[in-house]
Amino acid sequence: MTGWGVGMGKRIVQITVNGDTTEFLCEPRQTLLEVLRNTLELTGTKEGCSNGNCGACTVLMNGLPVVSCLVLAVEAAGAEVRTIEGVARGSHLDEVQSAFLEGAALQCGICTPGFIMQAEALLARNPQPTEEEIRFYLAGNLCRCTGYDKIVRAVQRAAQLRQAAQQNGRS
Amino acid sequence: MAPDVKQRKYQVIGTRPVRHDGVDKVTGRAKYGADQRLAGMLEGAILRSPHAHARIRRIDTTQAQAMPGVRAIVTAADFPEQGDRIVELGEGMANMRHLSANVMAREKVLYKGHAVAAVAADNVHIAQAAAQRIHVEYEVLPAVTDVRAAMREDSLILNEEIRTQAFGSAPASPDAKPTNIAKHFVFELGDLAQGFGSAEVVIEREFDTSTVHQGYIEPHNATVSWNADDRVTVWMSTQGSFTARQQTAELLQIPVSHVKVVPMEIGGGFGGKISVYLPPVAALLSKKTGRPVRLVMSRADVFQGTGPTPGSHMRVKLGVKRDGTIVAGDAWIAFEAGAYTGSPIGPACMCVFSCYNVPNARVEGFDVCVNKPRTSAYRAPGSTHVAFAIETVVDEICSQIGMDPLTFRLKNAAREGIRRVDGPVYGRVGLEETLAAIQASEHYRTPLPGKYQGRGVASGFWFNVGLKSSVSATVNFDGTVTLVEGSTDIGGTRTSIAMQLAETLGIAVEDVTPTVVDTDSVGYTDVTGGSRVTFATGIAAVEAAKDIQRQLVQRAALLWNVDPSAVRYEAGSVWGPQQQCLRFKELAAELPTTGGPIIGRGTSSEATQGGAFATHCVDVEVDPDLAKVTILRYTAAQDVGTAIHPSYVEGQLQGGVVQGIGWALNEEYSYDDQGAMRNPTFLDYRMPTCYDVPMIDTILVEVPDPQHPYGVRGVGEVPICPPPAAIANAIYQAVGVRMRHLPMSPPRLWAELSKNSS
Repeated sequence: MTGWGVGMGKRIVQITVNGDTTEFLCEPRQTLLEVLRNTLELTGTKEGCSNGNCGACTVLMNGLPVVSCLVLAVEAAGAEVRTIEGVARGSHLDEVQSAFLEGAALQCGICTPGFIMQAEALLARNPQPTEEEIRFYLAGNLCRCTGYDKIVRAVQRAAQLRQAAQQNGRS
Repeated sequence: MAPDVKQRKYQVIGTRPVRHDGVDKVTGRAKYGADQRLAGMLEGAILRSPHAHARIRRIDTTQAQAMPGVRAIVTAADFPEQGDRIVELGEGMANMRHLSANVMAREKVLYKGHAVAAVAADNVHIAQAAAQRIHVEYEVLPAVTDVRAAMREDSLILNEEIRTQAFGSAPASPDAKPTNIAKHFVFELGDLAQGFGSAEVVIEREFDTSTVHQGYIEPHNATVSWNADDRVTVWMSTQGSFTARQQTAELLQIPVSHVKVVPMEIGGGFGGKISVYLPPVAALLSKKTGRPVRLVMSRADVFQGTGPTPGSHMRVKLGVKRDGTIVAGDAWIAFEAGAYTGSPIGPACMCVFSCYNVPNARVEGFDVCVNKPRTSAYRAPGSTHVAFAIETVVDEICSQIGMDPLTFRLKNAAREGIRRVDGPVYGRVGLEETLAAIQASEHYRTPLPGKYQGRGVASGFWFNVGLKSSVSATVNFDGTVTLVEGSTDIGGTRTSIAMQLAETLGIAVEDVTPTVVDTDSVGYTDVTGGSRVTFATGIAAVEAAKDIQRQLVQRAALLWNVDPSAVRYEAGSVWGPQQQCLRFKELAAELPTTGGPIIGRGTSSEATQGGAFATHCVDVEVDPDLAKVTILRYTAAQDVGTAIHPSYVEGQLQGGVVQGIGWALNEEYSYDDQGAMRNPTFLDYRMPTCYDVPMIDTILVEVPDPQHPYGVRGVGEVPICPPPAAIANAIYQAVGVRMRHLPMSPPRLWAELSKNSS
């Protein structure tokens, strides 16, 4: 009879979340998603399926998108994790968030944090993706409300906004 | 846009403002049901039946109870006995015995995934482990999973107390034989025999559709605190906080005023988050422990324990003249209700011929219990099934008589003055305008020359409902308005309601702050369902704005020392007899010294709406080797009445279309011969991803509904109705086979293609 008891075998894990280094205690079986939501109280990352199928729990781990329900919290030791709470710069929305908001790319909004994180990862790798590339890269994120039309357009718009911002920054 | 549609200019309506809750939803700050955390909160888990049909002989909780960290366990024995009480729950009636047994199985389990016991523990892992240590002794019974098998005289009976209720007849005698056929509908119009006698072409076909799920991304959840004063607070995501309150109170047999439901943000519903599953269970666990308890379903629980929409078997027969005039229609529809009665068979019967003038018609429908989850509403419940049947039969008739499918539909289209088979006569509706819009579209006029490519069209109808809504609106002294409403916001309705208030007051929508509040903080409001919120809660908001106008007129009269009848409210200002004028903001600043706050109240209680029609056009390509269907192009035209916020109207059309594409091509519950669902994950229950679909083009046709002050028609549901039929018709054009079973997945299409080539 092991594995279900209270406080059994807890580990100390140190990670950096949205730029802040933090420590938490977790059991080896706990997922990064569970720790983000329940221990660190970062509930912006959503749980839709717990088996990596829906993408609602997508976060960036060392810059790469991961479904945090399939990452054990202890595996994230030493990692840089970025969640939806770390996307806006202070009180300024970033380009992806603005494009989703202005393009009506969300209805119920439960999948939105995952889509935004996945789109951030895409644009970091491919700043000017084609529609085909956007659809391929976001295919692991399910949305049941929008039919994806406005989401794809929002990512296209975010790419334009970001390029314009960078050009303004250079000039 | 149809030429006879009058263009009206509004200040706010028709614009595309950023939604009020938008920033919270793109920054992760919005709180959904599962985000709720309370001091001392316990977490729960539910033990569910591994069998589709079994008698529960014994439940032994001793081992689970003894585990450290386990705080309480409940079974059906903890729930009050309900008897056969029929209760009105806001959108339809429910037998409380069935609702209670669905929340927690009593003598029998009727589907795999049926809740049997629940545990509250210090954390979810302990609760889950403990649930597995509850020992249940079952007497396993054969599973009845096919609607036609369940209807047979010699079928095993699921619910011994069910007798067939014939529509419009007295309740069946308790002495009658138990049956799985819970309801039997018949609608008749004209003279069927004479109608078919005069027909020159008659086509009759049979159809099947598989069980599908609403597929919202957010699992069901509830956090409940049962206080020492027997007041119960429920935090949950729900389509209707008031119906959730009533169901919870009825199931626990406590006064409805003792339950407060706090609606959290809701992560999709599509009809599936109206019935309650978790709140009464969490409430009893909280009562036993004296601590708040949170329950959240797993995805497998959502698939196996909630939703779905029925599987069906249907037969449709249509008779026409050679010139394309419909003379008679006959339909026979059997729906799988799931474990307990309550499929949308009634709406299905009313919708099957709803797009046409069918002078002689008969429709017969059956609500049949089978060992599958108790079905719940899903976006235009029942209408998509029957649209698949009738719209493919119409297409076949068009092929046979050599008539363009849009011309045929325009010739026979439902319009003002036409009587539907179930009785009502249509008012001003916009089906013809949607047909004309597709006919005139660049999409329809562009040739599709490719091999294995085909184009299909189909139409669809949904009633839309009115029901009851309440809002209140407080004028702040800075000239803004705080709008309080009871309609949970599932897709931007805070904004569509605030826009109607702003339009009526002549102020900016950014000056309105809408908030969805709990059941103690606003008047009774029915569910967010039936495409009713922008329509009905919108009417309430317009009423509240008019109430504010009346009060502002009185204040201005006081200030100007004139009779209120000499003051009018127009274009965001009050005007006096000498053309004195105070703008809304200016007068708001005077409120503290002229009598204090102003609160506008608005309610609505509408029996009906005008109804919504849609016509869709789709191009597909079929891979002849893989039998896979690719959607090349899609255009949806819909009569939306007046588009309050066009972006969110388009979004409803696009989302409904893609759900319809999933239903058409991939989605189904796959059952083994024991009645167990084999695919309760999103990997195996295959909903469309963004890689599966193209952009969805929309044409918003605006034929205002005269029942609404701004002409709003509900838009959310009808867009799911045409896609399966439109795609089936396109597949026929592409490869020459008629598909009559949903989904039209590669194995099914492959089987048809193989028949064709052999």
